[in-house]
Amino acid sequence: MIRVILPPHLRGLAGVRGEVELEVEGPATQRSVLDALEARYPMLRGTIREHVTQQRRPFLRFFACEEDLSHEPPDAPLPEAVATGAEPLLIIGAIAGG
Amino acid sequence: MSKVRVLVGTRKGAFILTSDGKRKQWDVSGPHFAGWEIYHVKGSPADPNRLFASQTSGWFGQIIQRSDDGGKTWIQPGTPPGEPTTGPGGMPKGESNKFVYDTSAQTGKPLTTHQFYDGTQHPWEFKRVWHLEPSLTDPDTVYAGVEDAALFRSTDGGQNWQELSGLRGHGTGPRWQPGAGGMGLHTILLDPSNPQRIYIAISAAGAFRSDDAGKTWRPINRGLHSQYIPEPTAEVGHCVHRIAMHPSRPQVLFMQKHWDVMRSDDAGESWHEVSGNLPTDFGFVIDVHAHEPETIYVVPIKSDGEHYPPDGKLRVYRSRTGGNEWEALTKGLPQSNCYVNVLRDAMAVDSLDKCGVYFGTTGGQVYASADAGDSWAPIVRDLPAVLSVEVQTIP
Repeated sequence: MIRVILPPHLRGLAGVRGEVELEVEGPATQRSVLDALEARYPMLRGTIREHVTQQRRPFLRFFACEEDLSHEPPDAPLPEAVATGAEPLLIIGAIAGG
Repeated sequence: MSKVRVLVGTRKGAFILTSDGKRKQWDVSGPHFAGWEIYHVKGSPADPNRLFASQTSGWFGQIIQRSDDGGKTWIQPGTPPGEPTTGPGGMPKGESNKFVYDTSAQTGKPLTTHQFYDGTQHPWEFKRVWHLEPSLTDPDTVYAGVEDAALFRSTDGGQNWQELSGLRGHGTGPRWQPGAGGMGLHTILLDPSNPQRIYIAISAAGAFRSDDAGKTWRPINRGLHSQYIPEPTAEVGHCVHRIAMHPSRPQVLFMQKHWDVMRSDDAGESWHEVSGNLPTDFGFVIDVHAHEPETIYVVPIKSDGEHYPPDGKLRVYRSRTGGNEWEALTKGLPQSNCYVNVLRDAMAVDSLDKCGVYFGTTGGQVYASADAGDSWAPIVRDLPAVLSVEVQTIP
């Protein structure tokens, strides 16, 4: 089981409160987790990754285990603690000022 | 008794204001989509309970929302949860927020580039939907004007979108350029007497017309004069802010350009200025009285550098002569220390008798007049900055 924490705007869009829990087949990677997330919540397609390029939208960042994973390859394994559900994958809107 | 439903898009959500035909007591619902920019909400003339909304965010991109019950509940038209999001060939299905520009059928490369602020050529990049225009006859068909400027159409209630790429591909694209607010397609007018005819306008490219339901397009900017561009009478490159039309005379168009209020009596083939005695002919909105095709409304704004009313007085100007002769409408509007703006999609009229006129401001007020502009009162005065106002008159 993989845990994902969405930013508030996307929680509202998906109609969820708190964390999202996902079952992911195969290795836990950014791509496999986001594929599972979008399969469960199709309204999130295009909001985290661009529709065509599947690239991370520029003002979003991915964090886990106090590490910035935003620039990791999409098929790189996520940290073991994320894969086992001990730690969540955080999707965060980049904030450039107050 | 008839009622009116005012659909308000703001920087932080949508609001729906409803009243009976007297238009004195108002119910306010919202914010819908709290925290998101709502560029536009508009109802289908063919089914007034069907509403489309453009929900957008610099972080999360574009969302299209649809209501089938007059705004009580909303859905994003698309694949329901649990169903495959890819088609039989493995390709992702179209979804309601998927706006993909057409490419050249011959080369697969982008159709064209446009001029960037610095004069260089720049690729088209989808940013958001500025304006949604539902079909006059089919509740499942809706047009979307987007930034960077292009026209899309959905024929399945907003689930899948296809570009009408004859507009970008007709040849003048490399001379289009963004206005200060981006390069948006903000005006879509459907001719009620001729389903083949569509008018659109783009900042800063100008006005265009199709006579074959959106397949082919050509510029209709003859008579426009824009001193701020290198060739003031160029075929394209004009910063048109808004065009309005009365449904009974679809060949007569009224335009608020960056500067100048213009009129065409021949479906855009030629334009002439009707700014007349306006205190300033800069502005964004323009609209036409529901029952008097020669009665038009504008809100003069001081200048392109100072986006607020001249002298701190919020005045709607009305012409009952189709332009040139204008009267200030001030009753009920602030006449001192008012420095709000009225954006291009933020004025609308209802079709009751007397005609109601509505507009929203960047200060969060939505003003209504139930007597064709003679007097005004705020329906609400503390919303987020208003981006758009539409009105439905419901029997």
